[in-house]
Amino acid sequence: MKTTETPAPAPLAKVSGDTPPAPRAKREGGVLNVFSHGVLILWAVMVVLPLVWAVMTSFKTDSSIFNSPWALPDRLHFENWGRAWTEADMGDYFFNTLVVVGGSLVGTLVLGSMAAYVLARFEFPGNRFVYYLFVGGMSFPVMLALVPLFYVVNNMGLLNTIHGLILVYIAYSLPFTVFFLTAFFRTLPTSVAEAAFVDGASHSRTFFQIMLPMARPALVSVGIFNFLGQWNQYLLPTVLNTDPDKRVLTQGLVQLAVSQGYKGDWSGLFAGLVMAMLPVLGAYVVFQRQVVAGLTAGAVK
Amino acid sequence: MRHGQYRFIAGFLALPLGIYGLFVLWPFVQSIYYSFTDWTGLSPEFKMVGFANYRRMFEDDVFWKSLQHSLLFAVLLPLVTIGLALFLAFMINVGGRRRKGGPAVTGVRGSSFYKIVYFFPQVLSIVIVALLFAFAYNPDSGAINSILRGVGLDGVQPLWLGDPDLALWCVMAVLVWSTVGFFVVLFSAGMASIPADLYEAALLDGAGRAATFFRITLPLLWDTVQSGWVYMGILALGAESFAVVQVMTVGPGGPDYSTTVLTLYVYQTAFRDGQAAYATTIGVALLVVTLAFAAVVMRLGRRERLEY
Repeated sequence: MKTTETPAPAPLAKVSGDTPPAPRAKREGGVLNVFSHGVLILWAVMVVLPLVWAVMTSFKTDSSIFNSPWALPDRLHFENWGRAWTEADMGDYFFNTLVVVGGSLVGTLVLGSMAAYVLARFEFPGNRFVYYLFVGGMSFPVMLALVPLFYVVNNMGLLNTIHGLILVYIAYSLPFTVFFLTAFFRTLPTSVAEAAFVDGASHSRTFFQIMLPMARPALVSVGIFNFLGQWNQYLLPTVLNTDPDKRVLTQGLVQLAVSQGYKGDWSGLFAGLVMAMLPVLGAYVVFQRQVVAGLTAGAVK
Repeated sequence: MRHGQYRFIAGFLALPLGIYGLFVLWPFVQSIYYSFTDWTGLSPEFKMVGFANYRRMFEDDVFWKSLQHSLLFAVLLPLVTIGLALFLAFMINVGGRRRKGGPAVTGVRGSSFYKIVYFFPQVLSIVIVALLFAFAYNPDSGAINSILRGVGLDGVQPLWLGDPDLALWCVMAVLVWSTVGFFVVLFSAGMASIPADLYEAALLDGAGRAATFFRITLPLLWDTVQSGWVYMGILALGAESFAVVQVMTVGPGGPDYSTTVLTLYVYQTAFRDGQAAYATTIGVALLVVTLAFAAVVMRLGRRERLEY
């Protein structure tokens, strides 16, 4: 079978279109090709259109949003964005989100890799048990734990605090992080760590100076995964963070949407929505490969 | 040496395990315990009431309605989403024009472009997506009804989220929109690892595209489809459905509880109605449903593992 194939690595794609032998097959392929492209383009439009519509709407006046939802803006009303940033407190929500996500991302990666390293590289009684304790957390509904969690956080005096939220984010990010990084640390060669250890480095020094740098690709993948998850988190802050001054982006947007019912500043709300969309879409386009690797690894557990 | 190693292990595990235990495992265990009490959540006092909460739950109409909706989410959403994603992924990876001397099956031109674009909704917060579509569904000035007007369907102006019969479907459509891309990418990766000789052999035997899909692609992709199914079901029963229903529907929960789901009902019972113990009881029901769902899918989907 394989021997009949041409050994030349580059298929002469352009030339084959002009060769006479297979006009019928080509036309058939053409029809199917048109069909595939048609379907694929249709879905692409359905994905992009709402996003484009949101961007467009964020530059329109309130009256044109209502009277002609699909019309182009008469001019780019940048003042919507300014109003959303300052008056609607989007700037503050951004800042809160940045602090919470920054803190929990670092915490998740450090604590997650410590636990994963120990679970992957050392044999000790209870190793499997601890591993499954962590990994099991991926499948149970957060909602069930939420009611007692509220009171645990409350009793510790951490309700409505940024550091309380960071700790909870870290806790709920650990299952996947430990799962992902344990698998990765198992694949790293043991010889390097052993050599360092023989040279007199302590276990923790070996970890921080040798193993952690070697794990960088995995840390990037799981880091982006956690960044998206924590940036987009809604359930946990809704329950644990009810102080209006400490709202994160998702809460702020919902709040904004509710209050627009009274104020009627729809264009400001759309500006806020688009503002919140841009960082994650940007991060995704830049780190596309790692995002996909991180997210799809989660589904194929 | 050995002693030092155990100290190191304990030192590295203490903090992660402590935080995880305190904020995840402990509340989880507590909630099962609380479901047997009459705790309101407002005062620290409560007493054991045995199965009273469970009895109450079985007589609660709103619970049954939420359960019904959640089950509908868990069954229908994966079916539609995964079906659509399989179709699109097949088009992307096998729908290409066959070039002479090239591989038997190829992806369409621009396949990586499609994969990138389809994935967009997946990285957005479900809250942003929900807010966006809440506007699109607006009956008077929303984007969807104005498209309908634009193509001459002036008579067809549904209330969408305001219509008790439609609201649930509108919410589901949003979840489909936001998750299809993820599965397209997931299945594409799976399809790319299927050896080309299998497709070549099928083509030599005269198999069409449908036959190729059902006889080769789907069976070889079955493991991925199955784990995707479980993943989507857990998602549809859990946090995602909470966010869309809470943000998009009036109440929240829709006109006449038409869109309430279990997660939303747990939230409302605990934090709006101040019935913490009863809320954890519904939460336990949610856990049971989730585990049962995963078990059923795993069992029904069991097949002989194909090696290639």
